[in-house]
Amino acid sequence: MANTMTVEVVSPERLLYSGEATMVITRTLEGGEIAFQAGHMPFLGALADSHTRIITADGSVIDLAVHGGFVEVGGNTVSILSDAAELSGEIDVARAQTARDRAQEHLRSEHDAEAVAALSRAHARLAAAGLPPR
Amino acid sequence: MAGGQERILRGRIRSIQATKKITRAMELISASRIAKAQGAVQAAVPYSEQITEVVRHLSVGGASPDFPLLQGRDEIMTTCYIVIGADRGLCGGYNAGVERAAEGEIKADVLRDRGYLVVPVGRKVETYFRFRGYQMGTAFGGFSEAPSFEDAREIGQYAVELFTSGEVDRVELVYTRFISPGNQEVVLRPLVPLSSVTGARIDGVEHPTGTPAFDFDFEPDPSTILEVLLPRYVQARVFAALLNAAASEHAFRQRAMKAATDNAEELIKTLSRIMNRARQDAITTEIMEIVGGAEALGSDDPAELLELVNALADD
Repeated sequence: MANTMTVEVVSPERLLYSGEATMVITRTLEGGEIAFQAGHMPFLGALADSHTRIITADGSVIDLAVHGGFVEVGGNTVSILSDAAELSGEIDVARAQTARDRAQEHLRSEHDAEAVAALSRAHARLAAAGLPPR
Repeated sequence: MAGGQERILRGRIRSIQATKKITRAMELISASRIAKAQGAVQAAVPYSEQITEVVRHLSVGGASPDFPLLQGRDEIMTTCYIVIGADRGLCGGYNAGVERAAEGEIKADVLRDRGYLVVPVGRKVETYFRFRGYQMGTAFGGFSEAPSFEDAREIGQYAVELFTSGEVDRVELVYTRFISPGNQEVVLRPLVPLSSVTGARIDGVEHPTGTPAFDFDFEPDPSTILEVLLPRYVQARVFAALLNAAASEHAFRQRAMKAATDNAEELIKTLSRIMNRARQDAITTEIMEIVGGAEALGSDDPAELLELVNALADD
């Protein structure tokens, strides 16, 4: 069995997940996707909107949509501090889809940062909810 | 007739009973919300702790300390007070407490020829300062009983903006800290600049995990992370203050409504006594009038008199 580490996901309003896991995959700003396993060197990164996956000690996968924040790794603990985060079961798929369509529609005519951000949030949500990207 | 007074009293008692029902309901609602608000305060703790930890690691991990948010200004000309109170009244001295604390600070500033800016949070607080003609920035409100992080974000962003634009040199939070359901206190806490916070932490560097800070791998570089992190840190602190204030508001309202219910009960008791006495007086007077009337008619027969009284009582 692979070594495990402690993983915590917190948002300003609550603790979303806390437990033992073998791997965490998330995405940093500029850096792209990154995975952590037990014994990873101390690391501190700013996060982008992403579909974050936690592979728990018993092998199950927890999907989360994480919208910005930070990840800190040290002392065999991975802490994800998100500005907003949702577990896959809590995601309103229909709403995310409308948000994505609206943002895409908007981006066809003009480019603005807000629509880009909305689109990436919607993508993160849909990916975490298990829908393939379109 | 004397019965008029009795009717008036009966009306008053009924109205007090109705008020009592309302205050009792408000008391119970607040009591149940205290627990929920307390839970929200607790739930926000992990995030605050973690973000403080990250700020500390960053400041020892090589992030350059020359961020505007971290640097205090040599001369404090203008102080901004973010005063957190309630949207509604009926909560005893809750609003008055923070308002008075802020007003005291402002008066001291004015005496020292310094500027100030009030940022009220909560409609009641806004009305208070607007009515008295204080200099106000943007007012926030509408969420005092159940604040969300989104609300804290707006206030935090505004505070950071005020500071970085140079409009104010210092931002302070005035709110009611929730210690326990029976104990709250009004506190004044510096929010921006953060030098006082991180400075203290840099001095007493402790590493509970035993990991030397310089071993951290940063992505992107520490300064960029700090740049995104600091506003979040401010927001987290505002959020903690809002949650504390909300819990305190419920506690104050519960106490105020309990006192109101008790007073209503007391008043009902007193008024009932007065009413009963008035009724008794009215009856006594009537009997006296009848007896007097019968005597005036010249009847000496007690049986006849009793008949007359009974006939009148039946009416």
